[in-house]
Amino acid sequence: MSSLSVDHLIGIKNLTREDIELIFSTADNFKDVINRPIKKVPSLRDITIANLFFENSTRTKLSFELAEKRLSADVINFSSSSSSVKKGETLVDTVNNILAMKVDMVVMRHPNPGAPDFLSRQVKARIVNAGDGTHEHPTQALLDSYSIREKLGTVEGKKVVIVGDILHSRVALSNIYALQKQGAEVMVCGPATLLPKYISSLGVKTETNLRKALEWCDVANILRIQLERQDIAFFPSLREYSMLYGVNRQLLDSLKKKIVIMHPGPINRGVELSSDVADSEQSIILQQVENGVAVRMAVLYLLAGKIERNN
Amino acid sequence: MKPRELLNSEQLDITITRLCHELIENHGDFSNTALIGLQPRGVYLSRRIIERLKEITGLKTIRNGSLDITFHRDDFRRRDEISIPNETELEFSLEGKNVVLVDDVLFTGRTIRAGLDAMLAFGRPIKVELLVLIDRRFSRQLPVQPDFTGNTVDSISSERVHVDWVETEGEDKVTLYSTKEEDE
Repeated sequence: MSSLSVDHLIGIKNLTREDIELIFSTADNFKDVINRPIKKVPSLRDITIANLFFENSTRTKLSFELAEKRLSADVINFSSSSSSVKKGETLVDTVNNILAMKVDMVVMRHPNPGAPDFLSRQVKARIVNAGDGTHEHPTQALLDSYSIREKLGTVEGKKVVIVGDILHSRVALSNIYALQKQGAEVMVCGPATLLPKYISSLGVKTETNLRKALEWCDVANILRIQLERQDIAFFPSLREYSMLYGVNRQLLDSLKKKIVIMHPGPINRGVELSSDVADSEQSIILQQVENGVAVRMAVLYLLAGKIERNN
Repeated sequence: MKPRELLNSEQLDITITRLCHELIENHGDFSNTALIGLQPRGVYLSRRIIERLKEITGLKTIRNGSLDITFHRDDFRRRDEISIPNETELEFSLEGKNVVLVDDVLFTGRTIRAGLDAMLAFGRPIKVELLVLIDRRFSRQLPVQPDFTGNTVDSISSERVHVDWVETEGEDKVTLYSTKEEDE
């Protein structure tokens, strides 16, 4: 198989296992490219990509922009804080105005779940979801799995625990889909108030005791507490959260095996992860960032290849 | 049209040996030369040549690598299927080297153009030459000509030339066949 089964990357839910494998094998080649003295290939030189960020982002936006530039695409950036969205324009109008300037692909982050899916039905451009509210963040899940595959050789059969604010996390949901499609076992761990009610219907284990979760797993993906999405208090204090769910050196050293530590960033050092763990050799946090560019290049390359030429 | 065998295993072997002697004539001890096989199918020929060169010259190492040209193709979004890349293995800089690009069949010349483009990411060679096993004459779409040629064949565009290797197809041979055959 040499092409994706989808025309847009809305969520991992819509991908097949073969799609994920195709993205990874393509990303292997791009990882090679970005480690050369000249880190650029001309594949997408006749493609224009708009990065529409209706929500703040540093890492994802930079990563996408670098991926686009290393594929030689033309890039335009847009963020809602400086735009006519503030003046009352609808999403479809905003995007159609941008598409009228001959844009082929849209990379979008939006606070509302489902916004990229809605858009993909309304406009004529390939959509890549860069995070929609608390729904999905597909490229993050892809780069997480890619990093596990790189570190442990395969994802299949591995035990992965996702720790923290599962309720508000798009990274968690995309990761659950991605890991399960590749045959990994998934557990979520956090305070009961931050575990969604119906999460076990996705076939994941739940655990409220961090030590038990870490003893079970091969890989722990630690999430940030998203205070900006929490309208009520889900736990008494950050300090208490940190005591019960913070991963530190002492805890890791007391486990029987060496587990791999991941974090999608940004880290709140001293809250969910202590500094000595974040910077240890067990952590692959910076490899995740490097792999992010290669994986995003693969996604853009494979989707762009499906755009028909006008002539 | 029935598939026509252009070279059998023995002839292919003789041709490779002859190409090796031509390379030795031009590159001497290969101290500043690098052989680069173009992915996917040029790599088999390049490996075979390296092996034979070592036998003939007694050299222990000859600089060689493989180059994938997928991301430099000029037909991206013009084909039905996306081209899937292969591995590039070039563990050295091409700066100031004599480079010999190696491919199995030279047809339109577009692969070689992409190869020249892809190669530039690894430095500026002092000289680049092209070695092909089969040169399909009169079918070029770009001004590309080989410096070392195994065999020359005249063919029409609906025909294909395929090089089989023991490693992949179980036998060494070169065949010319028509792609219209299945319709008839």
